Amino acid sequence: MTDSFTIRVDGRVIEARQGQTIMEATEQAGIYIPRLCDHPDLRAHGSCRICTVLANGRSVAACTQPVERDMEVKNRHPRVEAWRRQLIAMLFVEGNHFCPCCEKSGNCELQALGYLHGMTATQHPHLFPRRAVDGSHPDILLEHNRCVLCGRCVRASRDVDGKQVFQFAGRGLNRHITVNTEAQLDHPGLDLKDKAVSVCPVGAILKKHKHYGVPVGERKFDHDPIGSDVESHDQDKVT
Amino acid sequence: MDLPLRERIESVCRQYDRRRDRLMDMAIDIQAAERCISPEAQDALARELGMEVVDVQSLVTFYAFLTESPTGRVVVRLCDDIPDFLAGLDAVAEALSSELGLEFGQTSPDGQITLERTPCIGMSDQCPAALVNEVVVTNLTPESARAMARGLLRHGDPHRLVEHTGDGRNSHELIRAMVQNNLRERGPVLFGGPVTGRGLEAALRKPSAEVRAQVRASNLRGRGGAGFPTGQKWDFAAKAEGTRRTVICNADEGEPGTFKDRVLLTELPELMFEGMTIAAYAIGADEGILYLRGEYTYLRPFLEHVLGLRRRSGLLGRNILGHSGFDFDIRIQMGAGAYVCGEESALISSCEGLRGDPKTRPPYPAQSGYLGRPTVVNNVETLCAAARILEHGADWFAAIGEPQSTGTKLLSVSGHCERPGVYEVPNGLTLSDLLERVGAKQVQAVQVGGFSGHLIPPREFGRRISNTDLLTGGAVLVLGEGVDLIAMGVRVLEFFVEESCGFCTPCRAGNVLLLERMKRVAAGHGEEADYTYLAELSEAIKGTSRCGFGQTSPNVVLDLLRHFRPVLEKSIGIDPGNGTREAFDLGAALRDAERISGRRSTHHLAERTEHREAAPRKEVKIDGQTRQDTPKEGER
Repeated sequence: MTDSFTIRVDGRVIEARQGQTIMEATEQAGIYIPRLCDHPDLRAHGSCRICTVLANGRSVAACTQPVERDMEVKNRHPRVEAWRRQLIAMLFVEGNHFCPCCEKSGNCELQALGYLHGMTATQHPHLFPRRAVDGSHPDILLEHNRCVLCGRCVRASRDVDGKQVFQFAGRGLNRHITVNTEAQLDHPGLDLKDKAVSVCPVGAILKKHKHYGVPVGERKFDHDPIGSDVESHDQDKVT
Repeated sequence: MDLPLRERIESVCRQYDRRRDRLMDMAIDIQAAERCISPEAQDALARELGMEVVDVQSLVTFYAFLTESPTGRVVVRLCDDIPDFLAGLDAVAEALSSELGLEFGQTSPDGQITLERTPCIGMSDQCPAALVNEVVVTNLTPESARAMARGLLRHGDPHRLVEHTGDGRNSHELIRAMVQNNLRERGPVLFGGPVTGRGLEAALRKPSAEVRAQVRASNLRGRGGAGFPTGQKWDFAAKAEGTRRTVICNADEGEPGTFKDRVLLTELPELMFEGMTIAAYAIGADEGILYLRGEYTYLRPFLEHVLGLRRRSGLLGRNILGHSGFDFDIRIQMGAGAYVCGEESALISSCEGLRGDPKTRPPYPAQSGYLGRPTVVNNVETLCAAARILEHGADWFAAIGEPQSTGTKLLSVSGHCERPGVYEVPNGLTLSDLLERVGAKQVQAVQVGGFSGHLIPPREFGRRISNTDLLTGGAVLVLGEGVDLIAMGVRVLEFFVEESCGFCTPCRAGNVLLLERMKRVAAGHGEEADYTYLAELSEAIKGTSRCGFGQTSPNVVLDLLRHFRPVLEKSIGIDPGNGTREAFDLGAALRDAERISGRRSTHHLAERTEHREAAPRKEVKIDGQTRQDTPKEGER
């Protein structure tokens, strides 16, 4: 095929196709690039910046940057990994994240990224913002304290559920997720089965009555670090 | 004024053909009439346009000049840019606040007056300055501020504050502003001669590809600060797929300390519109937008008037100058107080009736910009220069300045100098030459390119204003020896924290963390480890931010670390008496607890007995003077 070529990721040569993003090409080759706002079923957003890589020496978000022929990508590069640690720490301190008492612990992508990057404590001061908890929906809890502004719910509701229950409001540190119709979560639009409810990477959108359905110790990231699924996908192919 | 809300909204929506992409205009009109866009108004707007109310809310909560709760009938916005501080802003602020009986951020109980602070309004050469609704008030002193406050309390009419109008067209009946051009030096390109319209005539005699080739040959680069080759940008847009194309003139001029476009908009709008029309012809665009910052609303009636004249003269509209098939017109899109909208993709979002979040790139605007159309976004000065290039030729232009940096650059000079104002200088001028021209002595540093630019120390004053050296949108802020550079750094970061759109993590949270640590250093509580912390955090923000905002916001910190280390080190106070370093303010840490318990801690007793002669806590001010922070009566 004329529109297929190779790129190099940390020295490894992989196949890529014209029109793919770096994220898509590496995913297919079983290379994991850490990410938070990106989700395979949603349009890329490029907001968390955790998937930042060096592409031909320039820093770009892997989830939005198209591949180019012979592109040289640095993913597991000391500078890039230091930046990622900074970003993960920023997300922790700008919200109120108390893992030991969070229902999402073990299934939380932010927590899992923290572990993956060897984060123990943050060098940044906690900002302790004052944010509301919205429990008005009978089945769904909206915990803004844990929101990382990845916008997955915004995109899922708009593009997959066709509802637009969520949207961004405010700017800067005051940027936040707002809910349709005067901040009432019992908007007729939001349903437990909605994609918007299931895509939250952290404990900001929670299904009520189900928090401890899976005990701690048996949760998604309790045994295998985040990204293992991507990398094992590659090993399956090899063997 | 007294239309019921629903009727008002219906009529505003009709005025813009119920087009959702004109939501900015509708919101600005409703804000002006109702003094807010209340949740009820947002709901009515959403119903009228058949859209979700969250999308309306998303826009309203983004722009500083749009509010959800009512402002006063008169909104006084005092500019708090650094040149204003250097020119005595604090005393003016105090005078204004006490005479109006309002704290900043407050509205008078009768709903007449709101007092606010606002970032740079483009008047750094005649500051302190304020916006009173859309009326600009310049050269404020505590006395004139008091007089202004008394006037507003008496008659409530901002226009009556203008007693003398400024030079040139500032006195035009459709402007009538007290603004002065302060045009100190006219160069050969922009202010070299009258506006003849011959550039457009010459362009229309050539095929559009030749027009682009001529701009390419001139080596003109974008004058907004990024320096992208203009001809190349036009080529991309001309060759991109699409049936309709758009030319946008970026007159957002939000970079603090920049005001040169204000003078072009006042004195040479014909040249700017001519440049836009040439760009439209060159790329095949049929629609043009002038994105005018909300702070320059006072220029809008005049600019609309100029557009009207051009339509009547066949310079806009159908078959321009008889050139069959060349149809092009221009509308003015007002901004509403958002620095980030100077970034071209955020500016496009704003033109589309969205919050001003920058867009994901690629695709670049030239491929897919305004409403998905190939779009060229050029700065006011770039378009003016392009018109001159078509008029006088690429060789003429390329002979001015330097080979890699052709033509002239318009500079906005402010701060500690005798002749602040606008200078059109050939590219390649050194900073030391410039400082001499503007009458600056005993300079500690020069900030080139505004807050997102660089802080240049005296040993580098041999550097040149040029695409290959100091690439700048034109802001030159002169900082005399008394200026507290650390306090200035804090102010710069406060601005970025206030203006970040918050889309991406590093810019939203990282700048806040930078500010927190810089405040600690400014308060004299810094330690050596802070330098590493600040440097690493700055590099992470620059390296991972999504747009130019976060890629440049830490520059001031890095420049302080690089060039002004002794200044920082002096701020790490070590008590010569006992060799200890004050890293922690016990009194401040206890303040909340004291307030809750209603009594003072014994810490203060110790302070009074042991350090009776100790100096009161120092609070840093940008002008280098220190203020004694004595506790107020009620706090005792």
